[in-house]
Amino acid sequence: MSAQLAQYLLSGLTIGAIYALVALGFAIIYNASHVINFAQGEFVMIGGMATVSLANAGLPVLAAIPVAVLAAAAVGLALEKFAVEPARGASVVTLIIITIGASILLRGLATLVWDKNLHALKPFSGDRPIELAGATILPQSLWVLGVTFAIVLALGWFFGRTLTGKAMLATSHNPLAAQLCGVNVRFVLLLSFGLSAALGAVAGILIAPITLTSWDVGVMLGLKGFAAAILGGLGSGAGAVVGGLALGIAESLGAGYLSSAYKDAIAFVIILAVLFFMPSGLFGKKSAERV
Amino acid sequence: MNLRTPRTGGLALLAAVILFLPLALVNNYWYEVAILVGINAIVCVGLNLLIGYAGQISLGHAGFFGLGAYGSAVLTARYGWPPAAALAATTAGVALLALLVGRPILKLKGHYLAMATLGLGVIISIVVVTEDRLTGGPDGMSVPAFTLFGLALAGERLWYWIVGGVLLAAVWIALNLIESPAGRALRALHGSEVGAQVSGIDATRAKLGIFVISAVFASLAGSMTAHYAGFITPGKVGFFHSIELVTMVVFGGMASTFGAVIGAATLTLLPQLLTVLKEYEMVVFGAVLIATMVFLPRGFLPSLVFILKKKQK
Repeated sequence: MSAQLAQYLLSGLTIGAIYALVALGFAIIYNASHVINFAQGEFVMIGGMATVSLANAGLPVLAAIPVAVLAAAAVGLALEKFAVEPARGASVVTLIIITIGASILLRGLATLVWDKNLHALKPFSGDRPIELAGATILPQSLWVLGVTFAIVLALGWFFGRTLTGKAMLATSHNPLAAQLCGVNVRFVLLLSFGLSAALGAVAGILIAPITLTSWDVGVMLGLKGFAAAILGGLGSGAGAVVGGLALGIAESLGAGYLSSAYKDAIAFVIILAVLFFMPSGLFGKKSAERV
Repeated sequence: MNLRTPRTGGLALLAAVILFLPLALVNNYWYEVAILVGINAIVCVGLNLLIGYAGQISLGHAGFFGLGAYGSAVLTARYGWPPAAALAATTAGVALLALLVGRPILKLKGHYLAMATLGLGVIISIVVVTEDRLTGGPDGMSVPAFTLFGLALAGERLWYWIVGGVLLAAVWIALNLIESPAGRALRALHGSEVGAQVSGIDATRAKLGIFVISAVFASLAGSMTAHYAGFITPGKVGFFHSIELVTMVVFGGMASTFGAVIGAATLTLLPQLLTVLKEYEMVVFGAVLIATMVFLPRGFLPSLVFILKKKQK
């Protein structure tokens, strides 16, 4: 394996892990409520920006991170409570507009609370590159990969082993049946928004030292996370992770070997190509029918 | 002629508004705003056919708008084509593109369709920004004035009448389409796709036809914007403009042609009025959007009609 290829794969995996976390957020909310939350990217932004501002205020990063994640989760809960919940039963388009309204609102608030500048977060454990198979990897990338891996394991345990997780899964399959079995569906909805927001915030914090963060960083990350979720098949957790990693690697390889100017377009070209041939994504339930 | 039907009464009302609005337009700034409203309304009337009547969401219509704008701009400014020929070629090109991509895209449903149209729009906008030798990149490019029989069409007042006329024509076409067999087929599709198909409706063709028409409306509006403004930037091509357009349609009321016009007018004016709020503009805009959708989920005009009808009873 050439060193260059290894380098592209490593950086692709890093950014892919971030897409995977964002995609997981999309999948969790979609499963609980069938809402595509276009404000998902804003949670990423809130996570990064809150950590930066808390760290600048003198808080140690280790203390700033949980505060930022909790803040994002609180915003997620508020979004569900005050914008999504009152519109229950509305059409898909209406719900999409509501979450888009929320994303504009949150970006606006971010420019008020913080500012419109780019901010850097100090890497968690230095910035001396590590040699690996002829390529170099930043310590921060290892953090991204490690934390993502841990989160995926934790989510697997949560949905497979705990009563709350199983209740969320049950709600995703059939809310009415779940409710009849004693699942508090409203709580599940609320929890899904809180959990997604926290996941997004973690993604935003992990990536902030590598790519900088700012008030509008959530837009592209949100769209690509959505693409990753669709690529894996909407609502599939494993699909979201695979979709995220695949998009990240494809993007990195494409930028390296084809054209770096079109780096941001690659994810969308792939998603269009996949949807043309597999209308439900790679792992999605075959719910779309051909006409 | 029954003035109480939207086809005649509504159209007459819209014509009257366009005719008498200049009395209220005190200076060129307000003419510019009115033209912007008209151009957005043209796109929304087409988009509403797709979203409201055919039930197919598109989060990428700014892409078609942008192709229209940049098609006209590049052909006239870079290759010296006569504007009318550039307009015709661009419109035909966009129609062809919509026809080609519409086939696979419209097989998708719901969020998958949203993703595909969104992807299409984002790709177009990235191409526009990246191919800077043709398009001027992020800085935009200037566009020669539209000339017809050797006369240059310039000035806000003239363009006001052009845009007003095109809007009237667009609304007329849309209203007639809705009442045509194809329109009825579409409404059946929106109700129940399977039911419509069983009744012998060619769902793919009906959806594709509307997709192409809405793309052409957007492209025409784009070409007009380029020539009228004399300058075009990629901002009008991006994801946000797509979202703005969908929001206008949904805000005004889906499946209501005049709702689309009202939505376009409201959401074009709102940011102009909100500029006094300066840094609070985005926050207020987002909050207004959420509140409208929560309290008037059917959109503005249908909710109003619903309330009025309830009062009559």
